[in-house]
Amino acid sequence: MTFTAPVLQYALLAPILIVLAGALIGVLIEAFVRSSSRASAQLFVAVATIVIAFAQLVRVRGEGSIAAAMSAVTFDGAGVLLQGSILVIALISLFLIADQDNFTAAAAAVPGSLDEREAHQARVRTTEVFPLTLFAVAGMLLFPVSSDLITLFVALEMLSLPLYLMAGLSRYRRLASQEAALKYFLLGAFSSAFFLFGAAFLYGYSSSLTFAGIEAAVSGGAGNDVFLLLGIAFVSVGLLFKVGAFPFHAWSPDVYQGAPTPVTAFMAAATKVAAFGAILRIFYVSLGSAQSQWRPALVVIAIATMLFGSLVAIAQKDVKRMLAYSSIAHAGFLLSGVIALSKAGLDASIFYLFAYGVATVGGFAIVTLVRDSAGEVTDLNRWSGLGKRSPIVASTFAFFLLAFAGIPMTSGFIGKFSIFSAAYESGNSAILIAGVLSSAIAAFFYIRVIVLMFFKDPVEDGASVVIPSALTTTTIAISATITLVLGIFPAPLINFIASTAVFLR
Amino acid sequence: MSSILTLAILPLIGALLVAVLPNENVLRIKQAALGTTVLTALFGIFIATKFVSSDTTFQFTQKLEWIPSFSINFALGVDGLALVLILMSVVLVPIVLLAGWHESEGGRWSAKVFYILILVLETMMIGVFAATDLFLFYVIFEAMLIPVYFLIGGYGSGERAAAAVKFLIYSLFGGLLMLASIIGLYVISNNAGHATFDITELSQLHTVMSSSTQNLLFLGFFIAFAIKAPLWPLHTWLPDAAKAATPGTSVLLLGVLDKVGTFGMIRFCITIFPDASKTFTPVIIVLSVISIIYGAFLAIRARDLKRLIAYTSISHFGFITMGIFAMTTQGQSGATFYMFNHGFSTAALFIVGGWMISRRGSSTIADFGGLQRITPVMAWMFFIAGMSSLALPGLSSFVSEFLVLVGTYTRYPVAAVIATIGIVLAALYILIPVQKVLHGPTTAGNEDLPDLNLREKIAIAPVIAVIVAFGFYPSPLLNIINPTSAHVIHDAGFTDPAPTEIAGK
Repeated sequence: MTFTAPVLQYALLAPILIVLAGALIGVLIEAFVRSSSRASAQLFVAVATIVIAFAQLVRVRGEGSIAAAMSAVTFDGAGVLLQGSILVIALISLFLIADQDNFTAAAAAVPGSLDEREAHQARVRTTEVFPLTLFAVAGMLLFPVSSDLITLFVALEMLSLPLYLMAGLSRYRRLASQEAALKYFLLGAFSSAFFLFGAAFLYGYSSSLTFAGIEAAVSGGAGNDVFLLLGIAFVSVGLLFKVGAFPFHAWSPDVYQGAPTPVTAFMAAATKVAAFGAILRIFYVSLGSAQSQWRPALVVIAIATMLFGSLVAIAQKDVKRMLAYSSIAHAGFLLSGVIALSKAGLDASIFYLFAYGVATVGGFAIVTLVRDSAGEVTDLNRWSGLGKRSPIVASTFAFFLLAFAGIPMTSGFIGKFSIFSAAYESGNSAILIAGVLSSAIAAFFYIRVIVLMFFKDPVEDGASVVIPSALTTTTIAISATITLVLGIFPAPLINFIASTAVFLR
Repeated sequence: MSSILTLAILPLIGALLVAVLPNENVLRIKQAALGTTVLTALFGIFIATKFVSSDTTFQFTQKLEWIPSFSINFALGVDGLALVLILMSVVLVPIVLLAGWHESEGGRWSAKVFYILILVLETMMIGVFAATDLFLFYVIFEAMLIPVYFLIGGYGSGERAAAAVKFLIYSLFGGLLMLASIIGLYVISNNAGHATFDITELSQLHTVMSSSTQNLLFLGFFIAFAIKAPLWPLHTWLPDAAKAATPGTSVLLLGVLDKVGTFGMIRFCITIFPDASKTFTPVIIVLSVISIIYGAFLAIRARDLKRLIAYTSISHFGFITMGIFAMTTQGQSGATFYMFNHGFSTAALFIVGGWMISRRGSSTIADFGGLQRITPVMAWMFFIAGMSSLALPGLSSFVSEFLVLVGTYTRYPVAAVIATIGIVLAALYILIPVQKVLHGPTTAGNEDLPDLNLREKIAIAPVIAVIVAFGFYPSPLLNIINPTSAHVIHDAGFTDPAPTEIAGK
């Protein structure tokens, strides 16, 4: 048996490799840099890493290859756009994460213990979060460009493991945070098993692990259809879990609520881009010919996800839980782009992912600002009258909510319009009707928060807004600007996506 | 830059001007806002004189590419219908500002915010009538809800927050139904080979639509407009909103914004879906007649002055919708002229009613009495406003109501006859409160009410002048309206039943 060395196109893999290298430097900083200057060194390295990776991505954007790393990675237009979105979202999330007040000083200490208090008094800072973030980003970059099932699985674990840890790092309400981390980990492991199980069936069906090989088997139609069906079903379960689609959503409200808010922001926005990127690739590239097998089921899941997310969000009293359910509803909207199975659907999905991701980071960034002496206040009742105390923060939050609701002049509207027209164009009028209905339901709870902030008087033990640090201000300003500009002048980005987004197969 | 675009931008410039003025100098803010709106009104009248009424295509057109990949243009232009409504809007805004000089004080936010909201709203009012691109229309249609929402909720009285939310939820729900239809239209035009949002091009599309598709899409539009207009049974938000809003906001809400509903019925429902309009006409005529009678009965029972005016409007909107869907040139012209007149007579009622309410400190009709002796000028103004509302011959509303009834009678004699009962009821709902409030003994609490001051006289004078002048000499407006109406009716494939002599020629 001869061993052939793999041929790697390093230039195309460079964005991923740069982020991994940055993460490793971060680990070294943890070991060798004095604790007093660790935080700034980490932030500098992380930001520089993301920026360099982005620059490299821009440099190679025009090149495409189905064999960036043998058949394991496909580097193409859609991949560039998804990776670019992830990097932008990661960058603005990093600023938020750098506001260290949100993280516990001693993650390993028992909550409420002496160790914890000592660590807090010594002002120890949890700087490990930076390399963890970068590892997760590397996984996310790999996820949507993976083109075989093993690489896809490796990327899935690579992005998930750091996130499990990060979810448990909250400074306040540490027990809830640790519970969230454990829940996320257990359910995530469970869904990974599903994914592997499905991958095995797909391998059994097609005797290939690459997307191209599966595609060939599907369009050849030679294999055992039961294996194909089981394979699609279990792989879908694993992926739908990551995006929080109904009925695989159960983890997301608890994790969103328990995790430190900057981590929630990063997770909600960037994971969604990566996971939907992977879903789009696997369904468009390798399972496109088997659409009659999965499309009806996915239509049902999409509709159920939209309606469930919107309806349950109405009953939420906690702002992070409300945003969690709203993100479930958005997962449903995004699934309609997968169902569309067309170029228009791909373009619309990528636009939607970017617009939604940016607005989500902005929305959660504002949540980090609303506090009392015991940390963040997420109880919605105590947000009442916020518009009176801090009109600018409240108005910006209202603006993000309007973007989530898809009101014109925000990026959310353009996203919604394009994704629903793509779904309808592919003949799915049920999706359109369900989408519009659940948007109407969703509008109700977004508006309820606006009413609370602007038209109700402040309560006695109400929350107040801390003066945002320069970093958080940057995050909010960038998110709000992108959300507004994409709502009014979306044409440049839409054109760019339309001319770039292709899946090489 | 076309003159319509200039007109639309003027208030926006005013809003920027107001925004940079110091918060404390309320008088200067008011002057700037009033100055801008007066300038806009004068420019609007100037544009109207340049309008060529025999030309039924859009004039003063402006077309800029907006989102080319979806064939969306920033396209403006006016025909007779749009021009008349824009004229009404730009004339009403300065009157509202002058009449409600103190409305901005005592709100939830500063006076500055109030005037910025009004000026931004004025830009949108011009834009919504002038849009010749369906997508642009929708964007403004939805976006203009936001300033109104904050105007009601922030500066209104009583249950203002609840009323604002009810208004917003109703409108958003309708808007989302319309969005589904718009997506449908877009996809159909795309499948027909040429994706477009241009109104003129969309009006050709009915030839390629099946009648069931046409019916569904029509309903999406119609329900949205019927909520806006509002038509029974979708009217329930209106009385609450009108009661809670300041008189000035109510004038803009009932006088201008609700006209977007009836405007849309002509511009979109009939023009784009002529066959579906024909199918649904009997149902709509019945709903209109119910609105006329039901609104009138509600008005007769009303104990609150603001609610009374809102209920009379429901009755009037019944007349307008009936005129529109009578599908005759006369009915259509009458309806368009009715929209214009209703704007002014409602303005008169709300403005004078608002003065009475703020002087007396109550809006209950029973609290007033004998105003004719105490405040003769105000009483006379209220009387004329009331007479205009019941369409007294010699006042402009008589001309339009007559045209609507004649136009309807030629096609739907039964409906016209029943609607005539509405006129009798109108006499009741106006004359009873007029008798209670103006005549009879002076009741306690009314003895010291001051009469109108100079500012108030200046504010109300143009309204009364319009009501009287167009009552005697309606031809300038009818000359603008008639060609457009004939064009709409003809293009929708209808012919007037009997040879008609158009009034006012």
